[in-house]
Amino acid sequence: MVTCKDFLRELGEYLDETTDPATRSALEKHITECPNCWVVFDTCKKTIQVYKGMDPQPLPDPVHERLMKALERKAVTLGVKEDCSEAKA
Amino acid sequence: MIALGLEQNMAGPRIRNEADPVALEEAALVDQARGGDLAAFSELVRRYERRVYRTARHIVQNDEDAEDVLQEAMLKAFEHLDSFQGNSKFYTWLVRIAVNESLMKLRKRKSDRSVSLDESIETDEEPIVREIAVWDDNPEQRYSQTELREILDKAIDSLKPIFRTVFILRDVEELSTEETAEILGLSIAAVKSRLLRARLQLRERLTRTFKRKGDQILGYV
Repeated sequence: MVTCKDFLRELGEYLDETTDPATRSALEKHITECPNCWVVFDTCKKTIQVYKGMDPQPLPDPVHERLMKALERKAVTLGVKEDCSEAKA
Repeated sequence: MIALGLEQNMAGPRIRNEADPVALEEAALVDQARGGDLAAFSELVRRYERRVYRTARHIVQNDEDAEDVLQEAMLKAFEHLDSFQGNSKFYTWLVRIAVNESLMKLRKRKSDRSVSLDESIETDEEPIVREIAVWDDNPEQRYSQTELREILDKAIDSLKPIFRTVFILRDVEELSTEETAEILGLSIAAVKSRLLRARLQLRERLTRTFKRKGDQILGYV
């Protein structure tokens, strides 16, 4: 029998779907019977989803420009002769 | 110390999928860049600079240091491209450099005593759950992208470095448990334990914002 403590201990693997079938089945049974654990599971899953759904913000132009300039300077010190063009973009 | 030889330590088959045109194109760019083609490396920079910056920003928690980390990581990657041999994804190799740079920044802040990733955590300690309430359906739709980003960033920033770094690599950058363990020099068990704690702590913080109006917080049995 799975307790709430057992469920919380296994929650990470359950969210990642890496539990073995027998454990998974026992955990699934537990959340159908325990509203609190169902809420914790559901809101944890939504927490992960909401973060995964966020694209990284565009880099501020000056930050990108300073990076490319630093790279050009580095290329010079390393003896790289090619132009740092972004024509391939 | 910066460790650039990650892929040499990673067990398993080569990750590069020869049938994947994106992977093939990236491999070609890396090869060209390794041969001194700066334009090819610039294309790799363009692809990953936002993700590297985001990761660094979450770890160091200010824009100035995040920009320093971005620059240092990209310059080191360019200089040491010879040590990347294609056994891991290019981004995994790059983000390892960025994470190391970020952690060094944190360690230089002598006032910050909560930096060490080596801090021992009792892996068998029970996770803590206090706030239990159902969320609205799609609560993120109540907010503009800017507002939502602020809410999510603030929640991540409230975590200790040992938790937020694992969460960022696993659940934001979507690296595997094994890759995260390699990058941070942690055991698989430590990554799993810290990830669960990070997820639960973020869930608690977001529940205060996203819980369905009118619902009471339930108590845990």
